[in-house]
Amino acid sequence: MAANPMTQFEVYRIGPEIKVGAFDISFTNASLFMVVSSLAILIIFNIGSKKNSLLPNKIQLLAELSYTFVSKMISDTAGSKAKPYFSFIFSLFMFVLFCNMFGMIPYTFTVTSHIIVTFVLAAFIFIGVTIIGFIKHGLGYLKLFVPSGVPVILLPLIVVIEIISYLSRPISLSVRLFANMMAGHTMMKVFGGFVISLGVVGGWLPLSFSVALTGLEILVAFLQAYVFAILTCIYLNDALNLHH
Amino acid sequence: MVKKIFFQLIFFNLFFLKGVFAAESGGMPQLNPEFWISQIFWLTLTFGILYIVLSKLILPKISSNLELRKSQIQENIEAAEKQRESSEAKLKEYDNVISKSKLEANNIFKEARENVLKEINAKKETLDKQIDEEIKKVEQEINLLRKGASEKINKIAIETTSELLVKLIGTEVNNSSISAIVDDLSKRNGDKYYDN
Repeated sequence: MAANPMTQFEVYRIGPEIKVGAFDISFTNASLFMVVSSLAILIIFNIGSKKNSLLPNKIQLLAELSYTFVSKMISDTAGSKAKPYFSFIFSLFMFVLFCNMFGMIPYTFTVTSHIIVTFVLAAFIFIGVTIIGFIKHGLGYLKLFVPSGVPVILLPLIVVIEIISYLSRPISLSVRLFANMMAGHTMMKVFGGFVISLGVVGGWLPLSFSVALTGLEILVAFLQAYVFAILTCIYLNDALNLHH
Repeated sequence: MVKKIFFQLIFFNLFFLKGVFAAESGGMPQLNPEFWISQIFWLTLTFGILYIVLSKLILPKISSNLELRKSQIQENIEAAEKQRESSEAKLKEYDNVISKSKLEANNIFKEARENVLKEINAKKETLDKQIDEEIKKVEQEINLLRKGASEKINKIAIETTSELLVKLIGTEVNNSSISAIVDDLSKRNGDKYYDN
């Protein structure tokens, strides 16, 4: 019988149980793919930056194109003030992208399909952006919740809505990535199960769906990484250039 | 057959939904907090290391590589621009030299022509003078000869007339009367013989 499509998201321990105090920090399959993704990024970009030839080779070109892509994304959305945060957004984009892409290989584990991972990233971004906003503008950062040109009668309502939307940023950011990855992988697993259970006679239809879905999921994997990074840029822009 | 597949799809869909609910009842893997701490720990560790290595080692290198290439290309473009300018200047110099030399050549040619013309004119004038002088001399001689000729002819006419008269008549006639007749004739009919 076809396997439960949710079993692919199960986390299990690899190796011995490691405990620090009351916390279990054992090495798991999720940890493995975090390490693999990070190592892949480091290796590719290390090779890509090692020697500087006037005519770059393929890996160097890849590294430099990614660099210019992210730097253009940041300068377009958050302006030149966001330059100090370039490395962070670059690492974030690459990490999410590689985790998503590694998840597309069969029998692998998708790190970003876990709400806890995406939520930690989003919460870190949210807290960081809020701190940057208060450091740059002091209490004036609270003006973010008071849009200009709004009738006074509507103001209390608007402020409440703004505060709620601001506080829901980490949730929307994390759930967007997590839900996209989970839904896509579940769907692919379901169609894969159809192929098996319908056999040679009827399996071709779900198989073709599965092929199409793989292409779509690769697109989604890239797109969600891009959306995650660009939303971070937009939040950063709010904190750096305060004008509502 | 398509219908059959369709129904099968619906059936399996229901089956899997049930499976999903079953998984959820046992705890959706994502909502199982057993490994949350581990995931947070490993995420912080790997992402932290990734961030530090990228920001301290790799990204500055890529950035400097890009800058270096940019500046190198810029330098090359500037060098090419400079060379172009210098070659243009040299071309201008060359044009100047050529036009100058053309002018000089023209001047030299003109001078030479004028000199030659002057010489030719001077020689022509002297030659003209010589020719005029010679022509005058010759004309004078001719005039002298002309003047002498009528007298000689008159003399010859008188002498032949006197001799003819001696032979015809046998007497000598006075020369002065003959000369008077000859002079008279030559005065009246002289125009026929001399185009004076």
